[in-house]
Amino acid sequence: MVREMVRARRGFEPIGEMPRTQADLSRLFGLRFYPRPEFPMMNLWTGPNGAVLAAQVPGVSPEELEITIRGDAVTLRGSRPPEVSEESTVVQRQERMHGAFERTVVLPFRMDADRASAKFDRGVITLNLPRPESDKPRRIQVVRS
Amino acid sequence: MLERILTVTHSATSDSSASPGAMNPVTVFTPLADIIEHDDSVIMLLDLPGAEPESLDVTLDKRILTITARVDLAPPDGFTPSHIEFGDGTYERRFVFSEKMDGERIDATLKDGVLRLTVPKAAESQARKIMVKAA
Repeated sequence: MVREMVRARRGFEPIGEMPRTQADLSRLFGLRFYPRPEFPMMNLWTGPNGAVLAAQVPGVSPEELEITIRGDAVTLRGSRPPEVSEESTVVQRQERMHGAFERTVVLPFRMDADRASAKFDRGVITLNLPRPESDKPRRIQVVRS
Repeated sequence: MLERILTVTHSATSDSSASPGAMNPVTVFTPLADIIEHDDSVIMLLDLPGAEPESLDVTLDKRILTITARVDLAPPDGFTPSHIEFGDGTYERRFVFSEKMDGERIDATLKDGVLRLTVPKAAESQARKIMVKAA
C-alpha cells in the first residue's frame, strides 16, 4: 500500500517570507510580474544598461529551452520530461514539477533582442538583456540662464 | 515497503528571517525530490540548481541518507537586484529508509542541477519468493 503523498513544499517553503518580500520588491521597482508560477524560480537584476535574468531550470536541457523577447517582455518556455516508470516500479514521492512550463517577465524597459545572450550552467540559465542604445536614459544638463 | 521512507528533519537551522539574496551562510533550502522504488534499488532525484559539484555530500549512515550541497551564485556586476526568488545557501535533506540499503554501491550523478541517486537495496532486504511445496 502506498501512503498518500504529501504535496508539501511545492512553493519553496524554506523561505516563508518570500512571497511578501517579492511583492514588496516588485512594487518598489514598479515591476509588473504575472501571477507567480512555481516553476521556474527567477531572479532579476537591473541597471542603466539593461537587465540580467536568472532562472532555476534543473533537469531541463538547454536545447529544450526556448527564450523569446518581444519589446519589454521576455518569455522562458520549456518542458521537463517525467522519469520513465516501468510496471514494477513504485513512485514513492513526487515533488518535482514535470511537463511544460512557461513564464513571462515584463521589464520596465525594452530590450535589444539582437544583443541578448543566454548562458546555462548547473541547472541555472542566465540571460543578459541589454537595453538598446536609443532607449537608454540620458542625463540632461541644467544650465542656469 | 518503502512507503515508509520518511523525511525526518528539515534542519531547524533554516532561518526564515534571512533574506535569500544576502550572503547568509545559514540559509538552508530543502530540495524537492522524486523517489522511485524498483525491485532491487531506489532511484532518488533531487533538484539542486546551482549546486557546486565539489560541495556535494551524500552520506548513508545506517538507514539515514543525508544529502548536502552548497550553492553560491555570483550576482552580476553593475546591476541592482530588482526581484529575487532564490539565493545562496545550502541544500540539505535527510531521508530514512525502512530497510537496509547497500551504502557501498550508491551511484550519484549531478547533471544540469539534478542529483540522481541509485541506492541499491541490501541483499537481505530484497523480496524473496517462497516456494511452496505441495505435501
